[in-house]
Amino acid sequence: MTEIDSTAPDGPEGTGPDTAADSPQRNGTAPAGPGRRAFRGRLPLPPWARKAAVPAAVLIAALLPYAGDVPVIGVVATTGIDWPSALFNMSYFVLLALGLNVVVGFAGLLDLGYVGFFAVGAYTMALLASPDSQLHAHWPWLLCVPAAIAMAMISGVILGWPTLRLRGDYLAIVTLGFAEIIRLTATGSSFLRGERGFTDLPHPPGSYADGSPVFSVTDATPYYWLGLAVILVVIVVVRNLERSRVGRSWLAIREDEEAAEIMGVRTIKYKLWAFAIGAAIGGLGGVMFAGEQGFLNSQTFLLLFSILVLAGVVMGGAGSIPGAILGGALISYIPDRLRGVEVAGTDIFEYRFMFFGIMIILIMIFRPQGLIPNRRRAMELSDRAEEVPVV
Amino acid sequence: MHFATLWHSLGQYTVIGITQGAIYALFALGYTLVYGVLRLINFAHSEVFLVGTYAAVLTWNAAGYDQNAAPPGIPAALGLLLLALIAAMLASALTALGIELVAYRPLRRRNAPPLAFLITAIGASVAISEFVGILTHRNPHGMPRIVTQKTVLSIGSTSITNLQLGIMVTALVMMAGLDQFIRRSRMGRGVRAVAQDPNTAALMGVNKDRVISLVFLLGGLMAGVAALMYNLKIGDTRYNSGFDLGVKAFTAAVLGGIGNLRGALLGGLVLGVAESYGSGVFGSQWQDVVAFVLLVLILLVRPTGLLGETLGRARA
Repeated sequence: MTEIDSTAPDGPEGTGPDTAADSPQRNGTAPAGPGRRAFRGRLPLPPWARKAAVPAAVLIAALLPYAGDVPVIGVVATTGIDWPSALFNMSYFVLLALGLNVVVGFAGLLDLGYVGFFAVGAYTMALLASPDSQLHAHWPWLLCVPAAIAMAMISGVILGWPTLRLRGDYLAIVTLGFAEIIRLTATGSSFLRGERGFTDLPHPPGSYADGSPVFSVTDATPYYWLGLAVILVVIVVVRNLERSRVGRSWLAIREDEEAAEIMGVRTIKYKLWAFAIGAAIGGLGGVMFAGEQGFLNSQTFLLLFSILVLAGVVMGGAGSIPGAILGGALISYIPDRLRGVEVAGTDIFEYRFMFFGIMIILIMIFRPQGLIPNRRRAMELSDRAEEVPVV
Repeated sequence: MHFATLWHSLGQYTVIGITQGAIYALFALGYTLVYGVLRLINFAHSEVFLVGTYAAVLTWNAAGYDQNAAPPGIPAALGLLLLALIAAMLASALTALGIELVAYRPLRRRNAPPLAFLITAIGASVAISEFVGILTHRNPHGMPRIVTQKTVLSIGSTSITNLQLGIMVTALVMMAGLDQFIRRSRMGRGVRAVAQDPNTAALMGVNKDRVISLVFLLGGLMAGVAALMYNLKIGDTRYNSGFDLGVKAFTAAVLGGIGNLRGALLGGLVLGVAESYGSGVFGSQWQDVVAFVLLVLILLVRPTGLLGETLGRARA
C-alpha cells in the first residue's frame, strides 16, 4: 500500500468517475475531487533529511525550556505560566494522547473515561508513598512507577474483560461510567481522602553537586526532560507494536470486527491488549503528574480531562503518532498560552476554554481527518466515503 | 448500609426516583433521536438543556419574579409556568438547530469520519457552557418560588407533592405525544425511514437534511421541558448543570437502548429509581456510583440496552 501511494501519488486525476471508483487508493484522490487531495502525512523530503529529522526533533524538544531566552521567541513567549511548567503540562498531555491513541486510533475503541486510568496511576502512587496514606508504606518514587503501571494495567483488564464485548458507543458510555465511578469513589471514601487529597508525594531521586534535589516543585525543567524521555520510550514501544502482529490485528478489528474474527483474529484478546497498554500509559502519566504536583485530590480527575485528551487525539489525527503528539501538545498549550494575556483590559484566560471549544470545531471542520492524519486510515476513510456516500 | 431505611419508606424513594427519572427521560430523548438517525452521540445536547434552564429563569426574572419575590397566586403561577415553558422550549430548540448547523452540517458535507462529529460536538458543548459561565461569572442562578409545594396525594406513608405529580404527568404526556408523532405522522415516518436506511430513504424522496433538522428540533423541545422541570425541582442552575445532568441522561438513553424512544423513558425511570434507592441504602454521595454500576451490569446482560435499538423499526 505504501509503495502504491508513494510511486503514483499524482495518478490520473481527470480520468472520469469510473477509474476513480475502481482504484481510490491508486490515484490518491479524495472523493471531493481534484484540488482537495488529502494530505497523507508524509512530507516530500530527501532521504537524508528524513533520517536527520528524528534526532533533530528530539534535540529541539530538549532545548525548548531555553526558548524563552532566545530574544526572537522571547517576545511571544507564554507569560502567565512559567514556560517549563507549560512544557511539562504539554509532556504529560502528549503522553496521555499517545496512550489513548492506542485505544481509539489503533484499535478503534471509543474510550471516554481515559482519565480513570490516569487516576488509578496517580492514586496508586499516593497510597504507596504519601505520609497521609493509611498504608504507611512510604515507597520511593522509583518503586511507585512500576506499581502504578501495573495497577493501571490491571484495572484496564478488569474493566475490559467484561465490557469489550460491547460495541462502539456502548463501550464509550461504560468507560465514561468507569471514570466517574473512580472519581466518585475517591470523593466519597475516607481511604482515598476525597477532596482533602494526599500531600507530600515523592519526587524522583537525584541531586545536584551542592546537594539540592534535581526534581522539585520549584523547577519543572528536569520534569519536562523526564517526560520527554518517557515519551520517547513510549513512542518506540507503540510504534513497534503498531507494526507487529498485534498492530495488524488492531487494524483488522478497527476496520471490520466481524471480518477480523472470521479470519481468525482473536478480537477480545487484542482489544484487551489495546486497553491494557493504553491504561498502562495512562497510569504512567498519572505518576508523572502526581510527582510533579506533589499533591492530588479527587477534583483532579474530572471527566472534562478525558474529553480534552480525546479531543487532542482526534484533532491530531486518530491512529497517527505524530498527530497524537501534536494534538496532545495543543490541548495543553492553547489554554496555557491564553493565561495572563490581556486584550482591551480583560484577561483572556477566563475565555480560554470557550476559545478552545471554538478552535476544535474549526479544526475538525477544515481537517476532518485530523491535523496529521494516519496515512493508512486516511485511505480507509476515503475508501469508505466512496462506498457509502452519505451518513 | 441502611436497607431498613429504604424498606421503611420505599414508596417515598420510588416517587422521588420517578420524578428525577422523568426529567432524565425527557432529556435522554434528544440523545436517542439524534443517535437513531445519525448514529452519533450528540455531546452538545447537554448545552441545549442548559440554555433552556436559563431561558426559563430569565423569563421569570423579566416578569418581575426574582429569587426573593413572594410566590404568585395560582392563576399567575400557571401563566408564568406556561410562559417559561414556551421560552425554554423555543430557546432549547433554537440552540439544538444552531448546533446542528454550525457543528454537524459542515462535517456532513465533507463526509467526515464519525469521530470528527464527536469532537465538534464536544467543542460546541465546551464553548457554550463556558460562554454561559463567563456571562454568569460561574455563579449559580437562583429560581423564584413559582410553585408552592404541598402534598396533594398520599397513599399510606407515601406522599406526592403537586410538583412531583406535575412533573410525572407532563413527562408522560410529552413522551406519549412524541411517540405518536413518530409513529403516525408523515414527518415521523420520514424520521423512521432515515433511521432505518438513510440512502434508500433519500432515494424514496425523503429530504434527509430536513429530517435531521427535525430530530434536533424535537430533541431541543423535549430538553426545554426537562429544563423547566429541573428549574422547579432543583431551585437553581449554573453553567455546568447541563453537563452533569447530560451524562446521566445519556446513561439513561443507553440503559434503555439508545435510538429507542420508549427505551429512553424506561431507561430514565430505571436510572432515577435506582439512584434514589442507592441514596437510601448507601447515602446520597454514592447514588451516582450506584447508577453507573447498574449501567455496567445491565449492559453486560443486555449489550444493546433494555429494549434494544429500534427507532428504525415499525415499533419506534
